Order: sequence, then C-alpha cells, then structure tokens
Amino acid sequence: MRLTAITAAAVLVAGTAFADSVAPDSVTYDEYGAVEASLTGAPGDAAKGRDLMINRGKGNCIACHEVTALEDAPFHGEVGPALNGVGGYRTEAELRGIVANPKMTFEGTVMPAFYKTSGFTRPGDGYTGKAAQGEIEPILSAQEIEDVVAFLMTLQDS
Amino acid sequence: AAFAGGADDDTLTINGELEMTTKAPAPEHLDGIFDEVISGWHFRSDETQQLETDDFDNPGMIFVDQAMDEWNTAEGSEGKSCADCHGDPAESMAMVAATYPKFNEEAGELRTIQMQVNDCRVNRMGADAWKYDSGNAVSMEALITSVGRGTPVQVAIDGPAAEYWEKGKELYYTRTGILDLSCASCHEQNYGNYIRADHLSQGQVNGFPTYRLKNAKLNGIHSRFKGCVRDTRAETYSTGSPEFVALELYVKSRGNGLSVEGPAVRN
Ligand code: HEC
Ligand code: HEC
Ligand code: HEC
Repeated sequence: MRLTAITAAAVLVAGTAFADSVAPDSVTYDEYGAVEASLTGAPGDAAKGRDLMINRGKGNCIACHEVTALEDAPFHGEVGPALNGVGGYRTEAELRGIVANPKMTFEGTVMPAFYKTSGFTRPGDGYTGKAAQGEIEPILSAQEIEDVVAFLMTLQDS
Repeated sequence: AAFAGGADDDTLTINGELEMTTKAPAPEHLDGIFDEVISGWHFRSDETQQLETDDFDNPGMIFVDQAMDEWNTAEGSEGKSCADCHGDPAESMAMVAATYPKFNEEAGELRTIQMQVNDCRVNRMGADAWKYDSGNAVSMEALITSVGRGTPVQVAIDGPAAEYWEKGKELYYTRTGILDLSCASCHEQNYGNYIRADHLSQGQVNGFPTYRLKNAKLNGIHSRFKGCVRDTRAETYSTGSPEFVALELYVKSRGNGLSVEGPAVRN
C-alpha cells in the first residue's frame, strides 16, 4: 500500500513541471561543473532520454555528436566528440552538469545549455525568429535532463 | 564532393572558360584565424557543384534573364530604364559585386547593392523601392553579380567603412539565442564538420544571391543571415537592417580574394 502511494507520487512528479524540482537558476555546480543531486529526485527514464537525444525540437544531441547506439536515427554530426562509452568514463554528476550547462565544465564551449533560462542575448521564441515572450523555458525540463543522463549512463562501451 | 574533414579539391570553371578562384589566401585581417578562405561551393555534393559550371544548367540564370528584361524596361515618373543610364551591365556593372557594400560619400552611408539600386529607382527613376530581398531585388542583384563573376572580392574596410566593419565583426562574434551560438561557432570553429545532415562551410557570401535547391529560388544574403540567426533560437534582425548591412560588409570582407560567384547553386 505504502509502495503504491510512493510510485503514484513519483509518476505525478515526473509528469508535470512540478514545484520541487530544482529551478534552472538554482542548480548547484561544483568547481568542475558537475551537479551531484538529481534535479527532480525521481529516477531518469533511459528510453525517454534516447528519444530526446534524437528529437530535433528537444535535445537534438546527434546534430553534434555521433552515438553508435543511436545509429537507427539518421545524420549524426561532428561538432562534438562521439559519446560512445561516455557513461563509463564520466560520472552521473558530471553528465548532469554537462547536459544542464556545459559551459560550467568546458569554458566557452559551443554546446548549448539545456537547463538554463537567463543570461541570453536576443532570446527567441523557439525557431520563429521572433523575440521570446514571457518566461523563457529551458530546452529540456528537469525530468528530461534526468532522462537524458540516464540514457548517457547506458553508453558503457566505446 | 564534400566529405567530413573539410573542403574538397575540385576546381570550378564556368561555361568551360571562366576559371574561378574558390580558395584564396586569407585576407590580412583574418591572420591567426584562417590561412585560406574557401567558397561554399567546395562543401556541396558533386551533383550540386555541377549545376554551377554551366549557365544553361544553373537555375539562378533564369532570374538573371528576367532581370535583364527589367533592366531594359522604363519605369517610374521619369520614364527611364536602368539601361538608359547604365548601358550594357556587362560593362557598367562589372566591378559592382566585387566592391559592395561600399561607402557612398554623398549620402554618407554604407550601401549594399540593393540599397544602391533602390536609390536609383526612387531618386532617379521616380519608381517604387523594391522590398529588401524580394524577388525583383534579388534577381537584379543576381544580374549585377553575374557580370562580375571571376573578379576577386575586394571590399574596402578602411576609411569611412571601418566603423561599419567593426560593428559587423562584433555581430559576427556575438553568441545569440537560447542555443547561444555565434556565426563563428559554426562557420569559423566548425567549418568542414557536419552539423546533423548539413556540411558546414565558412559561411562566405561571394556566391550570393544563391539559388537553393531546397526552396527553388534565389536567396538574398540577409535572408540567409536571418535563417542562421533564427536557428540559434534568437530574435533575428530584419533584412535590410543596419545590423545586417554591417554584417554583410564584414562577412564579405572575410572572402576578399575569392571570385564573385553569384548566382551560385547551393542545396
Ligand atoms: C551545437 C553542438 C552540440 C550540441 C547540440 C550538443 N553538444 Fe554535447 N558537446 C559539444 C561539444 C563541442 C563538446 C566538447 C566540449 C568542448 O570541449 O567544447 C560536447 C561535449 C559533450 C559531452 C562530454 C563528452 C566527453 O567526452 O566528456 C557530453 C556528455 C555531451 N556533450 C552530451 C550532449 C547531449 C546529451 C546533448 C543533447 C542533449 C548534446 N551534447 C548536445 C557540442 C554539442
Ligand atoms: C537617370 C539615371 C539612372 C537610372 C535610370 C538608373 N541609374 Fe543607377 N546610377 C546612376 C548614377 C548617376 C549613379 C552613380 C554614379 C555611378 O556610379 O555611375 C548610379 C549608380 C548605380 C550603381 C552603382 C555603380 C557603382 O559602380 O558603384 C548601381 C549598381 C546602379 N546604379 C544600378 C541601377 C539599376 C539596377 C537601375 C535600374 C533599376 C538604375 N541603376 C537606374 C544613374 C541611374
Ligand atoms: C547553428 C549553426 C550555424 C550558425 C550559428 C550560423 N550558421 Fe550560417 N549556415 C549554417 C548551415 C548549416 C549552413 C548551410 C551549409 C553551409 O554552407 O555552411 C549555413 C550557411 C550559411 C551561408 C551560406 C554560404 C553559402 O556558400 O551558400 C552564409 C553566408 C552563412 N551561413 C552566414 C552565417 C552568419 C553571418 C551567421 C551569424 C549571424 C551564421 N551563418 C550562423 C549554420 C549556421
């Protein structure tokens, strides 16, 4: 009974932009850019993370990275390093930090921050070319960051 | 053909006689950045490249023909055509594409080709200005670039042009949008690399206006800039804006030494 209640709560939490996830401006990065604590407290879903990495309107990570495990999705870019095996040589905390805001790990990198809502120059409204209206949403939600990190952790063989 | 790792080694000759400089030593102001500047032609597939080697195969030349009709047609309250004042464009316009954007002393402003054409239309012909990057305007620009093909780009960046150039340079290196990318992120740091399915070039403008297979029309420089800025998830500037005029001068100066190539064919 107790267990079911907890599961139900976790589902509710994952499904909404819920209040107790860490807000983009409140994420704590360590001196190397890693983020120790989960942004939501709920575990990431690697299968959803996989889709987010391919989806052009979401992570679109393969625009810049080659990932053998995502070979079924066409056209992998070369702007960033191949991510094969990255879950083996990076910790979950490092990966969370890199996906949330890679500038904290790699100074000046071209990789965009996926969990950031301030400090932009001329932020736009999606891909319309028009100015952003109202509050800026991060490209990925807190739970989506956790999902992507969970998928990256499955990349163990290079 | 274009593969990962950069530009190919093909050479471009148009109509079997016009040899184009598609790779050139980088202009001095790019010292420490590039050794060589490279036309976007080198980053396209063999099939796309081929279309530019013959004016009968280059779909952009259809628009040049249309503009030639326009050139000879009187318009506006003065009843004059471009030809009335400028004769044969092959002679009067041969150096225009290589040297624009250019500072106009009398008007005290930097002018793109389209701005200059509109100045003639409004002030000398008594005709309407064409909307920036509209069909008519881009076709006329293509006529003017087509007669300059093969001439090395040589825009002036000193004297009164310097302040525009500085402003354009600043825009080139400013990271914009939610993706926080500058022109340099893609076209300086990553040319030769694929970004998803696109093979990144140096983002040169010597080939403009470009006929793109993707939208089957001629595309203006500012429209391309707008698309690239939009893709950083940013608020773009408008075509014809002072920002894009300055950026055009700066980007064009990065191709000083490359042949004028417009209308080029791109994917
Ligand atoms: C516009 C290009 C671009 C996009 C899009 C992009 N990255 Fe990156 N990424 C890079 C670059 C470049 C680096 C190398 C860091 C550096 O030194 O600048 C990098 C580094 C990384 C690293 C560290 C790899 C290592 O060897 O330590 C990870 C992990 C990573 N990216 C994951 C992602 C994920 C996940 C996404 C999508 C949610 C993504 N990237 C989207 C360009 C990109
Ligand atoms: C009544 C005369 C007149 C008409 C009509 C006219 N122009 Fe001009 N145009 C000039 C004059 C004068 C100049 C400035 C002096 C010069 O550079 O030749 C000029 C300059 C230009 C230049 C810049 C040349 C350079 O070397 O810097 C371009 C390009 C141009 N005109 C295009 C056009 C086009 C296209 C049309 C028709 C749509 C047109 N003009 C119609 C008189 C005219
Ligand atoms: C996110 C990556 C990205 C950014 C940022 C970007 N571009 Fe591009 N640009 C592209 C791609 C992809 C193409 C098409 C392939 C090519 O020619 O590079 C392109 C094409 C171009 C072309 C056409 C080149 C030709 O020969 O047809 C020009 C010019 C250009 N870009 C200029 C710019 C300028 C100026 C900026 C900054 C305001 C900019 N780009 C920012 C990705 C980008």
